[in-house]
Amino acid sequence: MTDVVGSHTQQPGGMLDLLNGFVVELRNAGLPVSLTENLDAMEAVQHIPIEDRDAFKYALGATLIKNHSHWRSFETVFEVYFSLRGPEYKISEDGEGDTDIDDLWRELQDAQQQGEGNGQGGMDGMTPEEIAQMLMQALMNGDQGMMRAMAKQAVQRFAGMEPGRPVGGTYYLYRTLRNLDLDNMLEKMMEASAEETGGELTSLEERLEKEEFSDRIEKFKGEIEAEIRRRLVADRGAEAMAKTLRKPLPEDVEFMHASRDEMAALKKSLGPLTRKLAARLARKRKHKRKGPLDFRNTVRHSLSYGGVPAEPKFKAPRIAKPELIVIADISGSVAAFARFTLMLVYAIQNQFSKVRSFVFIDGIDEVTDFFKATEDIQEAIHRVNTEADVVWVDGHSDYGHAFEVWWNQHGKDVGPKSTVLFLGDARNNYHASQAWVVKEIQQKARHVYWLNPEPKSYWNTGDSIVGEYGTYTDGVYECRNLRQLESFVDLLA
Amino acid sequence: MTITPDAATPAAAEPRFESVQEVRDALRDAQYLADDGIAGIAYLADRLQKPILVEGPAGTGKTQLAKSVAEITGAKLIRLQCYEGLDESKALYEWNYKKQLLRIQTERGAEEQTEDWTDVKDDIFSDEFLLTRPLLEAITSDEPVVLLIDEVDRVEVETEALLLEILSDYQVSIPELGTITAKQIPLVFLTSNNTRELSEALKRRCLYLHVDYPELAREKEIVLAKTPGITDNLADQVARVVRSIRQLDLKKSPSVSETLDWARTLMLLNIETIDEQTAKETLNILLKYQTDIAKATKELTVDD
Repeated sequence: MTDVVGSHTQQPGGMLDLLNGFVVELRNAGLPVSLTENLDAMEAVQHIPIEDRDAFKYALGATLIKNHSHWRSFETVFEVYFSLRGPEYKISEDGEGDTDIDDLWRELQDAQQQGEGNGQGGMDGMTPEEIAQMLMQALMNGDQGMMRAMAKQAVQRFAGMEPGRPVGGTYYLYRTLRNLDLDNMLEKMMEASAEETGGELTSLEERLEKEEFSDRIEKFKGEIEAEIRRRLVADRGAEAMAKTLRKPLPEDVEFMHASRDEMAALKKSLGPLTRKLAARLARKRKHKRKGPLDFRNTVRHSLSYGGVPAEPKFKAPRIAKPELIVIADISGSVAAFARFTLMLVYAIQNQFSKVRSFVFIDGIDEVTDFFKATEDIQEAIHRVNTEADVVWVDGHSDYGHAFEVWWNQHGKDVGPKSTVLFLGDARNNYHASQAWVVKEIQQKARHVYWLNPEPKSYWNTGDSIVGEYGTYTDGVYECRNLRQLESFVDLLA
Repeated sequence: MTITPDAATPAAAEPRFESVQEVRDALRDAQYLADDGIAGIAYLADRLQKPILVEGPAGTGKTQLAKSVAEITGAKLIRLQCYEGLDESKALYEWNYKKQLLRIQTERGAEEQTEDWTDVKDDIFSDEFLLTRPLLEAITSDEPVVLLIDEVDRVEVETEALLLEILSDYQVSIPELGTITAKQIPLVFLTSNNTRELSEALKRRCLYLHVDYPELAREKEIVLAKTPGITDNLADQVARVVRSIRQLDLKKSPSVSETLDWARTLMLLNIETIDEQTAKETLNILLKYQTDIAKATKELTVDD
């Protein structure tokens, strides 16, 4: 199925195969693409000039992807699938075409090296310092073509890519970036621009400048990544690459194993999610059935029917808002999950009559006030991380001790309106479980739930004693990703 | 009004645009600066005769896009504002009960002999007694139409179903009359602020366009185009500061319209370059939450 669009004439059959392969890969990546959407895409690409790569991408995106959070995954698959397909994509992607860049390159090199005569060797003849210098120049001027050319050369020279070598793209990316020393680039650029303007920048101007530069550096990193990807695809073929590059959708990212980028994406999708959740919950409340019979009102209306209660009247439904008590383990492995759940719970806190939260590792501390003190959830979470007093002995999870202390201090606050929510993997480091606390809570509270961020198959293995606690709860839920968390919160409120 | 007993496919209309570039240029003339994605999808929607579902944060010009497209194609803009509780009689059509009643009564008054009931029935359920609402109006209109269904995420999931027939087949079925097919295919825009997930059925029928905050260069252009008399330098600064603020974690990021308001304010105050002081004093135009303003002030001034 490879390089079917190589020929310049439009082959309907070839295009069909290509798009089908593409759609299959999208589905493999977890994106829902229906048959009609597939057909739409086929029709759409007939209306746009095939050599226009951007238009091609938008046409496919508009017909196949109907959710913005899926766009990134789509983009990755697209880049892999269409990075090499036929010369027409490549040329239009470069904009001016390869030759122009080479000219530009040589020109710049000449200017840099002032008569050293090594005109054709690309970057081979230059020292790393000179390269860094040139890169800085390109970044300072924001020269797109130059940056792209630099990225190409940098990958060629530093990545050390060998055909058939079974390493992922990140390894090459790391090697290239290490050699280019991009981390210090921002500082150097700031210094240089300070010199240029005479050093008198206000902090606002400095901030704007800095953002502009880091934006350009990010773009340059993107160029390098794209170049590495292109080479890898050329080496191994699109199908294999698509598989290794496959990224989970934000809602499928596991809390416990999220990378920093994925975490940022998760945080971003939390905003719209909570809005949706709040709207849905409010709607659910509003459309619930009527309240109990309003006897007085019914009798009053019966007068107009001669005393026959023909028109029963109902009271407005009493909105039962549960009181929520969250008890979360925030030790290393599950911290991200606990933070997330707390964020989500507080973002929809007006769906509950009261929210109290406690965090523990081996000691336990109440953090409700952190959330009350500020409207900014992120800041509150930050304070939870830094200020909460959760270490008792050694900073290893001790559920038993934490529960016992909690029960002695706050056990009396649990009432028939309370819903108690435990968050954690129940890995107790072989301490005493003190499961009787959970049992006592269950007897007093309306509901007790336990959310576990570990996959179900790991439960009750090693030092995990989630089963022991679980017997006394109304349910233990696997909560590995946003999707599962969302469906649980729906059930809760 | 064409009324056919069974559904017939509407006649294929002449495409409105020749190329993506044409759409883009025309929109630019109408003072709407589209990027490649927006222009490309508008072009595709015309060619494929499919509705566009426009999603994105508030104040990024979703509604304006529909208005501008109507302007450049010289079409009539018909707008259906969605809200919770919108129903068939507000969106599609309604029978004019009062008129129907009058009709029956005049019949009785004029001649004493009772007319055949079926005649009366056929008579009162005809065009004359039908009140068209935006959706029906859009497909029965003789002139070209751009139909804007605004904030479609506000209606309940059940009400969404009302839209499906008109969106996929451009027809409306009225039990008493049969199926009314479109005289011309309107260009349909649906906008959504993404407060809830729209149903799969609706999404499947649409092209999807996500309009985000514009990039730096485009935002600058927008400021230049929409704020007459502004200097290039100031527009650049405005766009940069706004981009900087959008990177903060805020309750509500400044929208494009707020950017424009801010630019206009700065113009009125005769400010030529933005320094920290002016930025701080005028932040309340960009940001509408006290916590956001406090945060932005802190971030913009204490930098080191």
